[in-house]
Amino acid sequence: MIPDSATPAAAAAATPAAATPVVEIRGVDKTFATASGGVVALQGIDLTIRAGEFVSLIGPSGCGKSTLLRIIGDLTGPSAGDVLVNGKPSHRARLDRDYGMVFQAPVLMDWRTVARNVELPLEVMRYPKADRQARSKRLLDLVELGEFGNRYPWQLSGGMQQRVAIARAFAFDPALILMDEPFGALDEMTRERMNLELMRIWRETETTIVFVTHSIPEAVFLSTRVVVMSPRPGRVNRVVEVDLPPLRTFETREERRYFELVTEVREALRGFEEAAAVDEVVDARIRVEGIG
Amino acid sequence: MTTSAAAGIVPPGLLAPAGGWSRRHPLLRQAVLLGGVLLLIAFAWEAAKWLAGDPWRIAIGGFTYTHTPPLAWRIASDISLPHLWTIVGTLFDPVPGGPPLWLFLTGAAFYTLRTAFVGFAAGALLGLGLGIVFVHSRFLERALVPWVVGSQTVPIIAIAPIVVVALGASWISVAVVATYLTFFPVAIAAIRGLRAYDRRAGELMRSYAASTPQVLWKLRLPASVPYLFSALRVAAAASVVGTIVGELPSGIPEGLGRAVLNFTQYYVTAPERLWATVASCAMTGLVFVGLVRFAEAFLTRGRYRPAAV
Repeated sequence: MIPDSATPAAAAAATPAAATPVVEIRGVDKTFATASGGVVALQGIDLTIRAGEFVSLIGPSGCGKSTLLRIIGDLTGPSAGDVLVNGKPSHRARLDRDYGMVFQAPVLMDWRTVARNVELPLEVMRYPKADRQARSKRLLDLVELGEFGNRYPWQLSGGMQQRVAIARAFAFDPALILMDEPFGALDEMTRERMNLELMRIWRETETTIVFVTHSIPEAVFLSTRVVVMSPRPGRVNRVVEVDLPPLRTFETREERRYFELVTEVREALRGFEEAAAVDEVVDARIRVEGIG
Repeated sequence: MTTSAAAGIVPPGLLAPAGGWSRRHPLLRQAVLLGGVLLLIAFAWEAAKWLAGDPWRIAIGGFTYTHTPPLAWRIASDISLPHLWTIVGTLFDPVPGGPPLWLFLTGAAFYTLRTAFVGFAAGALLGLGLGIVFVHSRFLERALVPWVVGSQTVPIIAIAPIVVVALGASWISVAVVATYLTFFPVAIAAIRGLRAYDRRAGELMRSYAASTPQVLWKLRLPASVPYLFSALRVAAAASVVGTIVGELPSGIPEGLGRAVLNFTQYYVTAPERLWATVASCAMTGLVFVGLVRFAEAFLTRGRYRPAAV
């Protein structure tokens, strides 16, 4: 945690880690009503996330991982089931400002300087001005954009803008950060660099992070656990424990264990394609040979 | 990632466009283009009179030269289209029992501009206020927007005397007429602009549990500024028109409206005076729009400005 006066998040982190899980998802279903009937996005999701973890949600497009993230963040509600954040209903947790969010696009306000963009949540939460400016400076230093406080977003590259968005998410020391494919729009090299940055920030702030991604290497590199989801309707198919050492570096990507884990996740994901292909063959046989 | 230069940002000093003088001095380019267009108009004006106007009598020293145009169009006669030098020359003649025309017109323009400004400010606030109310209440929007639109279909020439009779013949009633013309474009632009924010920024504010006034002040209003200003430019011109039209039935002795009435009366004997007045009205409108553009540049400093807005 960034050392600061006592916040509810800091107090929660100070209690024994096993006491209250940061996120508890129990039996969550989500159905979207559309013109052509309901679309079941999520079905029977059960997941518990403890303090200090880095959990990735990975799955094919349309599997509901972004929807699940939004449900945790109370940006949309579940059709069934409970979501508890810090032991509170997600709605209460949002009003208590228990979490920060980072989207795939930086979503910065182009009429504000970089520093004032980082201060945005602090303004909404009515932090005093000196406090806001100090935090903004500290966070921009943390993401190594210390000299860019007075620039405007359009003067920064995409990767730098995303770093500003990350700094903004950490501005008010939330215990939980939700990230929805934050590096999805970046090229591979920038992405790998940003992964390292995020690792560093995560270690220094000791937050809990839930991270949605499409990239298997990214998921394995960053996480303590990878949750593999099935295609629509989204279910938790497998949870892969990533037992790489906590301090990960560029070299980690060349270790044998890393490749084994990437393969494990890839096979869990590929299993769906094969299962679907087998289903098609079985259906064809039933039709052709009349096997009932 | 420690050096800024390696990360591909653009230091502001390097943003000056490369190319000829025209790209490097946009203000100068604008002035030259404006001057060019004016010269073109002047040339066409006098060319029309040369070809189809009244006979020209040019006296230089003791030598006189008469040119009789081949055609005869009434529109190019000296009464309909006075020579440009006549119009310019009359600016230095005194109005009956008073200062030179140019001074008189400048004073009238300032008077009109002051009233127009009050009407503009009131109209802009009213328009913005309505916009804010309508984006927060679909019900009120559906109920009242048709009336807002309908209000503009009534001719201002009919509204002005009604307002003057109701509120008395003073600059205030004239300002009300200007407000009437100004609030509409601003209201419509506000409704659009206040809805033109990035939806994900709205979700971000929701994740901060921001209140509705906070979302309005920190997100919706700043996002609506480009829309508002494009409407304010229109409204600035409309407020000048509204003020001049409002001054016509008001009986107020000052202002461009009174000048227009006076010189219309004497048009047959001195058509160039009315033309000079028309030119002043146009310039007043331009000055006001220029002020609004200046305010816009100031308020949106730092934002990314795409080439054409």
